[in-house]
Amino acid sequence: MDLKLGHYNKDGIEVVDVEGEIDVYTAPRLRELLIDLVNKNNYQLVVNMEKVEFLDSTGLGVLVGGLKRVRAHDGSLDLVCTQERILKIFRITGLTKVFGIYATVDEAIAAKRAEK
Amino acid sequence: MATVEVSFTPLPAHVRTARLVATAVARRSGVDEALLDEVRLAVGEACSRAVEAHRRHCPAEPVKIEMTDAGERFVVVVNDAATGDAAAGPGVSPGGSGNGTVEGQAAPPASPARGADDEGSATPPGFGLAMISGLADDVRVLSTGSGMSIRMSWPSAAAG
Repeated sequence: MDLKLGHYNKDGIEVVDVEGEIDVYTAPRLRELLIDLVNKNNYQLVVNMEKVEFLDSTGLGVLVGGLKRVRAHDGSLDLVCTQERILKIFRITGLTKVFGIYATVDEAIAAKRAEK
Repeated sequence: MATVEVSFTPLPAHVRTARLVATAVARRSGVDEALLDEVRLAVGEACSRAVEAHRRHCPAEPVKIEMTDAGERFVVVVNDAATGDAAAGPGVSPGGSGNGTVEGQAAPPASPARGADDEGSATPPGFGLAMISGLADDVRVLSTGSGMSIRMSWPSAAAG
């Protein structure tokens, strides 16, 4: 399955819906979207990965790159993911300590609100 | 002993095909369903690394994969022909196997062409290899005269 991307604003936070496979072929599209959102002054991002079927190191690099970009503007990039196969990748790479990972979009947004 | 060989032009789009083939052959070889995700991800990482190396050094050369049902182990070897990366590459682990340890993790040179996300990525060089070492329980990275070879294996049905 190819990569499908969408995004919407909820309570002032930009939610990015990702569906499909994030790999060396498709990751550039996600990177472009994240860069575009940051360039449009969206610094509070939630990436919903509930429908992601595959994620490799290229995809991780794009997410970390996005996090760096928003942090440069005092923003944050959190993830929504409950799939064990995807969570495992974050665990073995130690990135569970880098990203906020939540079970639902609402939970991620609530956590951002609480931080403010 | 049955072997499946795949050879593909070094395009990112073909990496998905390669990992799907590897997963199918692994399943056919009796690799436990619980390990198939690891096979898919590790082979994808190895192929992504090889594709990037080929695109830098030898874009006309195909990336080659060998998948072998070697009795008690399902073995995947991803070979690249990018001598530039092999020379400076992620070190060599002659016989360096066991628990997914990729020895000599000096990693590929910090090339500007690293991955498709060099601009937005904050992952260090060699990150993909490190991931492979966390996924396969047996990994050997060898620098050959003609490039680099990543050999990974998992237990197959015959082991049970």
